[in-house]
Amino acid sequence: MNRIALIARLTFHEARRRKIMWAAVLLGLAFLAIYALGLYFLRGEILEGMEQYPQGALTGLNMLVMMALYAVNFLIIVMTVLTSVDTIAGEVASGAIHAIAAKPIRRAEILLGKWLGFAVMLVLYAALMIGGVVLATRLLTNYTPPNILRGSLLMILEGFIVLHLSLLGGTFLSTLANGVFVLGLFGVAFIGGWMEQFGAMMHNETVVNIGILSSLIMPSEAIWRWAAYLMQPPILRTFNVSPFGSNAQPSLAMVVYTLAYLAAALAFAIRNFSRKDL
Amino acid sequence: MTTSLAIETHSLRKEYGPKVAVADLSLSVQRGEIFGFLGPNGAGKTTAVKMLLGLIAPTAGAGRILGRPLADMEVRRKVGFLPEHFRFYDWLTARELLHYHGRLLGMTDAACRAQIPELLNMVGLLRHADQRIKTFSKGMLQRVGLAQALLNDPELVFLDEPTSGLDPIGRRMVRDVIHHLRERACTVFLNSHLLSEVEITCDRVAFIREGVVVRTASLRQLVQGETAVRIRAAGVTPETLDGLHRWGREIRADGEHIHMVVDEEDSLPAIANWIVASGARLYALTPERISLEDLFMQIVGTSGETE
Repeated sequence: MNRIALIARLTFHEARRRKIMWAAVLLGLAFLAIYALGLYFLRGEILEGMEQYPQGALTGLNMLVMMALYAVNFLIIVMTVLTSVDTIAGEVASGAIHAIAAKPIRRAEILLGKWLGFAVMLVLYAALMIGGVVLATRLLTNYTPPNILRGSLLMILEGFIVLHLSLLGGTFLSTLANGVFVLGLFGVAFIGGWMEQFGAMMHNETVVNIGILSSLIMPSEAIWRWAAYLMQPPILRTFNVSPFGSNAQPSLAMVVYTLAYLAAALAFAIRNFSRKDL
Repeated sequence: MTTSLAIETHSLRKEYGPKVAVADLSLSVQRGEIFGFLGPNGAGKTTAVKMLLGLIAPTAGAGRILGRPLADMEVRRKVGFLPEHFRFYDWLTARELLHYHGRLLGMTDAACRAQIPELLNMVGLLRHADQRIKTFSKGMLQRVGLAQALLNDPELVFLDEPTSGLDPIGRRMVRDVIHHLRERACTVFLNSHLLSEVEITCDRVAFIREGVVVRTASLRQLVQGETAVRIRAAGVTPETLDGLHRWGREIRADGEHIHMVVDEEDSLPAIANWIVASGARLYALTPERISLEDLFMQIVGTSGETE
């Protein structure tokens, strides 16, 4: 356990020393500032609308929040890929791994230590960004989207999918190939998710099945859509087809599947790395 | 159980698909010995070391280090390793790098703080302790790598081309470090293709060619036992020349000049007697120590690339 924590600390140290952490936090704050500023200037119209036409104004406001959260969701994914994509692959390529792997530490502990470091960073970044959006919205308009906690957890879960795939890819691909691998899978899930939504809207089962298949290969988009579904007002759920929302019926099976998927990806990464000739 | 062997391997083999990196590695290295592992580039030296350290899984064969199976977690605490072309996170300082490695070895923070300045001093980097690795030259990086391999007072140290990237002063420092390890009765496994270095430091050497250990011998045996002899004599008959086979081999005659290799220096007076008694006129008989380099060329040949 001690050794896992040591590798996690090293991972954290790197993010700090190489200014990755500061760049992420400062630009994250810039993102939140722009959002809050925009909301601040729209606030008059929104509050006025709430009085005259509450349903419509609420829908509009929710759309605005969901748009921000959609962007945050995307940022979480890209940040997770960028920070973790090089960690195993790069150290194997440079030979930096040799001196570590010859020490009294199991390969599984090296991998889990890195996982822990990136997991903490992922959760902190998500907390900053989602928390910032929700807090700004609450302070300026006194509105909070429904099920915000469950929605946030699902967004973090999506980040973990990407993290696990990136660690797995790093055990058998080069850094660049790993980046292409993870973001490519994200693309598959994205287009599959859209196909599923359109299929459902047009009652075309074949297209829905294509979407489901893509979600099984890479569940990220399905998890985002469930998060979006939960954080919309119920009225929007029935007809909203946009990247910021979803009309998909959430399925608990998908979350269970995703957890199994995460466990399998990490187990494969550990197995690959443990057997790898360095 | 304690054993007198630091390293013991039986027919270790590593294949990468159809390519055989190490064909048959059978070695025994005594505790406290400075053991040189010689071979041309691409002969499988690094692969062999990585197998001993558990970084690479052998395709076949078995081995033990310090009496424990290869890749054993506990034994790694007592083993130091300087990889070829040492590289590490360049955003750390030398001191931080050593601290992380010390902690990985299970040393306490206090033990790290006590030992690190000592090691940095030994490799001549104390002045640069708090400088980032990024600003280091190749030689300085190699020195940090060496310090890292000596953390926690190891019983067995693997050095893979330790002087690569070092200037003459750095090479001298490596020699001094090895000397210091010898005094501490630490076993050193030295991978090298720099023969002069091995000649100065090692007790015993193994020659590896195309993944096979072709010969193992003590350096004393090798360098003192085999002696090349140059003879200048007139009137040597073919019978006299033939008779020289009793004391040596590789006999070549060119006019008055004869060249041969004898197994031991003690046979030189007998050779002189034989030539004089045969009626030839002996002008000179000069023993020449065979350099390790000549031996290397003899044993390993010219296969492999040269640097």
